[in-house]
Amino acid sequence: MSRDVKGTYRAQSNREEDVKGTYKAQSAAAGATSAAGSETHGGRGRRGPTTRMVPVPSQSIVPERDADKSPILECRHLGIDFGGLRAVDDFNLMIGRTEIAGLIGPNGAGKTTVFNLLTKVYAPTRGTILLDGVDTAGMDTPKVSQAGIARTFQNIRLFDSLTVEDNVRIGLHNQIQCGMWSGMLRLPRHWVSEKEFHDKSLELLDVFGMAGNADDIAGSLPYGAQRRLEIVRALATNPKLLLLDEPAAGMNPSETAELMDNIVRIRDMFNIAVLLIEHDMDLVMGICEGIAVLNFGKIIAKGTPAEIQSNPQVIEAYLGKQD
Amino acid sequence: MSKLKNLSATTRSNLITYAMVIVLFVVMQSLAATKAISSSTAGLLVPITAYISLAISLNLVVGISGELSLGHAGFMSMGAFTGVIVASMLAEAIPVGWVRLLVSMIVGGMFAGLAGFVVGVPVMRLHGDYLAIVTLAFGEIIKNLLNNLYAGFDASGLHLSMTNAQALGMDGGKIVINGPQGAVGITKLSNFTMGFLLVLFTLFVVLNLVNSRTGRAIMAVRDNRIAAESVGINTTKYRLIAFVVSAALAGMAGALYAQNFSSIVPKKFDFNTSILILVFVVLGGMGNIRGGIIAAIVLTILPEKLRFIGDFRMLMYAIVLIAVMLVTNNRTIQSKIADLRERLRRRGDDQAALAVDAEGGVADE
Repeated sequence: MSRDVKGTYRAQSNREEDVKGTYKAQSAAAGATSAAGSETHGGRGRRGPTTRMVPVPSQSIVPERDADKSPILECRHLGIDFGGLRAVDDFNLMIGRTEIAGLIGPNGAGKTTVFNLLTKVYAPTRGTILLDGVDTAGMDTPKVSQAGIARTFQNIRLFDSLTVEDNVRIGLHNQIQCGMWSGMLRLPRHWVSEKEFHDKSLELLDVFGMAGNADDIAGSLPYGAQRRLEIVRALATNPKLLLLDEPAAGMNPSETAELMDNIVRIRDMFNIAVLLIEHDMDLVMGICEGIAVLNFGKIIAKGTPAEIQSNPQVIEAYLGKQD
Repeated sequence: MSKLKNLSATTRSNLITYAMVIVLFVVMQSLAATKAISSSTAGLLVPITAYISLAISLNLVVGISGELSLGHAGFMSMGAFTGVIVASMLAEAIPVGWVRLLVSMIVGGMFAGLAGFVVGVPVMRLHGDYLAIVTLAFGEIIKNLLNNLYAGFDASGLHLSMTNAQALGMDGGKIVINGPQGAVGITKLSNFTMGFLLVLFTLFVVLNLVNSRTGRAIMAVRDNRIAAESVGINTTKYRLIAFVVSAALAGMAGALYAQNFSSIVPKKFDFNTSILILVFVVLGGMGNIRGGIIAAIVLTILPEKLRFIGDFRMLMYAIVLIAVMLVTNNRTIQSKIADLRERLRRRGDDQAALAVDAEGGVADE
């Protein structure tokens, strides 16, 4: 491989043109700063830009139907260190606009850490996250939510003491505006927005057939219903990408089957992408279109369910090496 | 009655709270008018309304926002002293007593709210015990500042000093706040009706806030901060809103409280007062506004009513406090009470007419 980096760019498909553009702009900016830096040293012997050029991955896969659109999520060389531990390293992933993607791996591989990086619970040490082409650098968790990433949690995190409807209303917080004074003084805006909140939350709850539970206290719901409510609350934020952290944990096979139908249904209904972490292989292989396998913080394989199932590295990560 | 049942549970509960306050006011007002209560109890009426407002406003921070604040008396004193200064300066401009009181309460509330904001911006980066300790320190700082504050006004306007009364350089005029002696020569403007109106206003603001988009965001942060952030709620902003609104309401109550006396010292607003207000909130049940109101009334009257046992008064007070805390937080006793209530209700179904009357008081819960 003696081809230079530019060559690699050119070899990429049309869809990657945008990406190339942004990259060029970035390096131009970097060049400008380094040029400005050298100018202070004065003299005609201007050094050229010292920007470090790095190779970019080009083997990303997305569903064919999404290939003509820009990807909803793109992670480039994403990584985070906890002290000396490289929890996630060189994480590259591209998710299509309506893809249901899976992130699997043995316990402690760093899957939830990836979710926490995407939602900025942790600030990445390295790398870039592009959400719908927009760099999320500098955003905090609420901003990322407004930008279009919603998530559920491995250990359910509902607003336990509030009602089911209030949980969804809180999810709708940024979708319907009403200032503090309107609420405090009961101005007309308050009543209009409350009506909107009520109608919209019941509509969303109805997607999972939970409208009848609207007045129940969220913490008192059975386990499966709490998991569903978390998804409804995430959907209420009007996301472009939904992250599900072990949605089927603790569910029996029939509940899992129902959940699989539901995930596909929400994707079609809301036209969003889904990235899920799951240990239940029936679910992963059943609905995920693209799967990434993580082990010790690094992606060891990417591909379709069939490719992943026969990948020797994946089998080794899960079952160990055969001597 | 059937119309009442159609309302949502929270609306019904709020209406009951308003009704309770109004009924209590009417009863106490008529008792006071007919001299049916002793003058010492009548003297407690205004402080009780101030304490109720303080309990409701602190509930916004402790119960609704879920943060422990130990500096509520600091905001109260901020409002109290600002209110006294404003009221005495406006003595000629606004001759009508209640209007002057109202203006002084509003200005006192605004200053306390401002103090809440200034303290809140750095403090809202903290959580739990750390936040409690910083608010405690804030209360002490305010108390010590006021202990050294001299204020007076003459024809040329307001004079402030932190050294002594001479340093004010007054040209005649009147000294309003005299260092450790506190505010002196206050015109007594507060009365029970104004106190009642303040309680209603505080209730209106807090209950409306809680049952709105802003209030839901505040409670979301309390229940689960990480989840609240994940749905796009700016947690610092909403915790700060609760803190500032609570401080402003405490300032208004402080202005009312101070103008019930002819003089008031900064020492009155010490750590003990903050704790007293916190006890109202905790005893009434965190987040339970009606409970806080009842606790404020009972715990203000109780020490007075226990005077007949002399030296054992505060001991009894403490024992009652401990007993109530234990009873209300004991699961066994709670389930016993629930059992009893259930049994009463069943009997009520059997002997319809008779039992309904007897149960009426309990059924409200």
